[in-house]
Amino acid sequence: MERSFIAKNPSVLVFLAILSLFTLSVTILSEGFGVGVISTSFVKTLGKTLCLCLIAVAMDLVWGFTGILSLGHFAFFGLGGYMIGMWLMYERTRLIVVDSLAQAEIPPTSAEVVDAIATQVFGVVGSSEFPLIWAFSHSLTLQLILIVLVPGLLALIFGWLAFRSRVTGVYLSILTQAMTLALALYLFQNDSGLRGNNGLSGLQNLPGVTTSQDVVSIWFLWASALALGLGYMLAAWIVSGKFGSVIRGIRDNEARVRFLGYSVEVYKLAVFTLTACIAAIAGALYYPQAGIINPEEMAPIASIYLAVWVAIGGRGRLYGAVIGAAFVSLLSTWFTGGQAPDISLGFYTIKWVDWWQVLLGVTFVLVTLFAPQGIGGLFDLWTDRRHPDRHGANLGPDDGALREKEAME
Amino acid sequence: MVRLFLAGLAILCACLTANAQEVGLQPILQEHQEIIAKSSRKTIKPAIDAIASSGLPQAQVMLETWAAKNMWMRKSDGLFFAGQKGEGRSYELTDFDTGEIVGTFEKSELKQLKPNSGIRAMIGTALVQFQLTDPNRAKRLAALQSIQRDPESALLEPLRASIGDEPDVELKAQKRRLERLLTIGFDEDTTARVAAIEEVSGDLGVDVRAALNPLVVTSRHAALELPTDLNVAVILEAGSEALTSDEAYDLLVAGNLAPPRVSAVDIRVALSTNIVGGSVGDIPVAQLSSDAMRERAYAALAEAGLVPALFTDADIDAAVNAHVFFETYGEPSAEVTEAAEKTLEQIELKVGLNQTLDLTLDAISLASIYFLAAIGLAITFGVMGVINMAHGEFIMMGAYTGYVVQQFIPDHTLSIIVAIPMAFAVTFAMGVAMERLVIRWLYARPLETLLATFGISIALQQLAKNIFGTQARPLTAPGWLDGAWVLNDVVAISYIRIAIFVLAMIFLGLFLYIMKRTRLGLEMRAVTQNPRMAGSMGINPGRVNMLTFGLGSGIAGIAGVAIGLFAKVTSDLGNDYIVQSFMTVVVGGVGNIWGALAGAGMIGFLQKGIEWMNPSNTLAAQTYMIIFIIIFIQFRPRGIIALRGRAAGD
Repeated sequence: MERSFIAKNPSVLVFLAILSLFTLSVTILSEGFGVGVISTSFVKTLGKTLCLCLIAVAMDLVWGFTGILSLGHFAFFGLGGYMIGMWLMYERTRLIVVDSLAQAEIPPTSAEVVDAIATQVFGVVGSSEFPLIWAFSHSLTLQLILIVLVPGLLALIFGWLAFRSRVTGVYLSILTQAMTLALALYLFQNDSGLRGNNGLSGLQNLPGVTTSQDVVSIWFLWASALALGLGYMLAAWIVSGKFGSVIRGIRDNEARVRFLGYSVEVYKLAVFTLTACIAAIAGALYYPQAGIINPEEMAPIASIYLAVWVAIGGRGRLYGAVIGAAFVSLLSTWFTGGQAPDISLGFYTIKWVDWWQVLLGVTFVLVTLFAPQGIGGLFDLWTDRRHPDRHGANLGPDDGALREKEAME
Repeated sequence: MVRLFLAGLAILCACLTANAQEVGLQPILQEHQEIIAKSSRKTIKPAIDAIASSGLPQAQVMLETWAAKNMWMRKSDGLFFAGQKGEGRSYELTDFDTGEIVGTFEKSELKQLKPNSGIRAMIGTALVQFQLTDPNRAKRLAALQSIQRDPESALLEPLRASIGDEPDVELKAQKRRLERLLTIGFDEDTTARVAAIEEVSGDLGVDVRAALNPLVVTSRHAALELPTDLNVAVILEAGSEALTSDEAYDLLVAGNLAPPRVSAVDIRVALSTNIVGGSVGDIPVAQLSSDAMRERAYAALAEAGLVPALFTDADIDAAVNAHVFFETYGEPSAEVTEAAEKTLEQIELKVGLNQTLDLTLDAISLASIYFLAAIGLAITFGVMGVINMAHGEFIMMGAYTGYVVQQFIPDHTLSIIVAIPMAFAVTFAMGVAMERLVIRWLYARPLETLLATFGISIALQQLAKNIFGTQARPLTAPGWLDGAWVLNDVVAISYIRIAIFVLAMIFLGLFLYIMKRTRLGLEMRAVTQNPRMAGSMGINPGRVNMLTFGLGSGIAGIAGVAIGLFAKVTSDLGNDYIVQSFMTVVVGGVGNIWGALAGAGMIGFLQKGIEWMNPSNTLAAQTYMIIFIIIFIQFRPRGIIALRGRAAGD
């Protein structure tokens, strides 16, 4: 008899339980709905962290399971944010404009309203007309569809171009990095139609919602938790089935999978596009909580940090990615926020604001060298499951061949 | 005829000069005493001309004194003197001719001459001829430059007159050139102007184009019939590409030939001023939220005679069709404009060719910068296959090493000579350490090498920030690298860029020498192709890998010194070059130095080419370039120069 999905993957249940518990306790402790122990800004930080966990799951799917080290997923994340940001900005400005035009003696025509919105939105970049890419920004439904559609399409086209010419390994990483850089540089221009380096701002104010930010932040926390839960389940479902076996096969030895008759490119493209969509959804939930989005967020470095989170958390296991993203990004906030106590060495005082990056870099090198399983590897100690040590000489001629110690165990 | 007259005048002046030398300046002043005292711009010209053409050395001083409002007239006899304030209300007068002090007089006995700004400008023009023949070379040069800054018709004659006696060959040539340019702009004789225009054809100077361009400036006009007294450049067809119907109508409005359009804003203003009891023209205000309703309300108002009527597209067409549209030159002479157009066309062609040359030089220099940044990577990534994200930080470390060396050795030339081996040593050591400690363990896992080296990269960046701060540090080039090699007004390239090009070529040679002619190079190639086989031949692969990586890193350090000379040295200097460097290596073809060269060349030319097409936007240029590279890799996934056969590895 086929065992159910949950029975095969008990970790999903554990994860969902912990996530619900976390959401519930934050809600109870928040200012909006509970006793007010946790400040609203920290609720927002937690909500943003959940979104980062979601994109980390996507990254784990594409890197940890399929072996494509994409340095472009933050570009999709940013694009998702831009898509929702366009509607938020349009609608909020529209409400303001309609309010102010209602004071005039003659009711405004719809063209006048649109012109006034455009002047408001694009005044900072010296323009007063809506560019073509804002064509659907008046409609929430269309813009919500675009959140998935635009990054998905970009990933599809880019992935198709890259995979069909068999660009693999580090070349693909460099290529994805170049794509991210191109996109960021393009958005930095004032005439890109997305307000150049000003970005989109004021996204935390939901149009038509007068409830205080205390409550809105909780709404977003719930939405982020829901998205993370669903995204995690989807990812777990994907990797647990036959599809998952094939993509793991691609990671370990692409050529052999191809020789077995699988269309490697289609699998890779499917994973790449799907994860781009997940990343975009995470971005669409993240930026309304952050309040502002600008091209700086999409710089290649952000995507590399994403890889760092997943690597530290432990790639190749979904909860590892979540733990890595949550742990590193929260720790990063703590250190760079100046909350960590300085360490006095007598002759020199270590200020963590200055030294956190050094610590992160060195930690990262050490994790890569000595603990390739990341934090997630600790669970193996607990469950007493040990991976073979892959150090040692190759037994076969290929990179993926068994290694000395591995074969002996 | 005019020339003859001028020649006559010149002879007359010469005679007068001979006379005046005996009599001095005062008689000339007395001759024009009335108009000088009157001090009116309209009548003063003969007086200034007479003084200026007297040829007396003291005339210059006198004119300067006059312009500075220091000339006084003695009321008793009407003589003019230079005055200087003495005690109380008295003034000390000096004779212009003899330079002797005449005496001190009360202010009431004197009249100060206060030339207004118009007269002062005329005096200034008259003074130019003295400055042009001044014995001091610097003053003559200054006079020429001031003429160049704002040329005037009145300056043409004094300039012409001064050419013959100019002793300095260089200045003489400059004066000749300036005379030609002034002739183009201001000579009264059309044939002389045309001749001058034809003479400068093919000249690349900016000043020539500045002299010619105003001649061919056109303005658009509309009229019922084509005028015959104007220099018409072209007749425009309304509704064509060059002049749309809307533009044509705007021209009519600007020329008061048609009533202005009633815009949407006008309609709204008219409606809001004519609200009567909550409605406009019987339409309630609340319904005025569409253009159609507003037009109906406006039409109702127009019928009532409260506002000018709207007119239809047909009215506009009719008005446009009833007129002719044309462009006229500001310059009245058709011969001159024709010659100017022709000459400008020739110049433009030549300028275009030279700009292409300039662009090529720019592209070559950019390519050599990329090549320099990428050559270390061509060794570590290209030859060894190790992806080193900290490569940019090695470049940065090289630049900072140069900066630190300059703190100890103030002489810039010497410090650069010391900095280059120092930078190599520092980054070589760093590279060797990194290879031994980190990369060695990850040879089988390239993706993890990428991530580990990225960790090192962020740690190094932050370390540099902690040590040197966030502000840019200067790495000053030696004085002999300042300035640029100027071919003409269009083509110029700075010496630093030439030096970088030379450095890039030296590195290319060095790399080829090491790889092809030394034992180390042989071992490197052997280890890269098959480490086990190399090992069994007695080569120590670990040692060779270490040295290869060290060499690549060391070259990055030297590139850092070179890049630091023209870029700002900051902790994120490396970020600017890392992606381009990888692109250079990937596009060119991995494992081949010629590939890196080709890649750098292609990226450099491409970037400059795109920037040339869209000069205002370098960000867009980079975007398009990266997109182009992504597409390029589709067609040549292994780069421009791809290794084939066994050497290709996998």
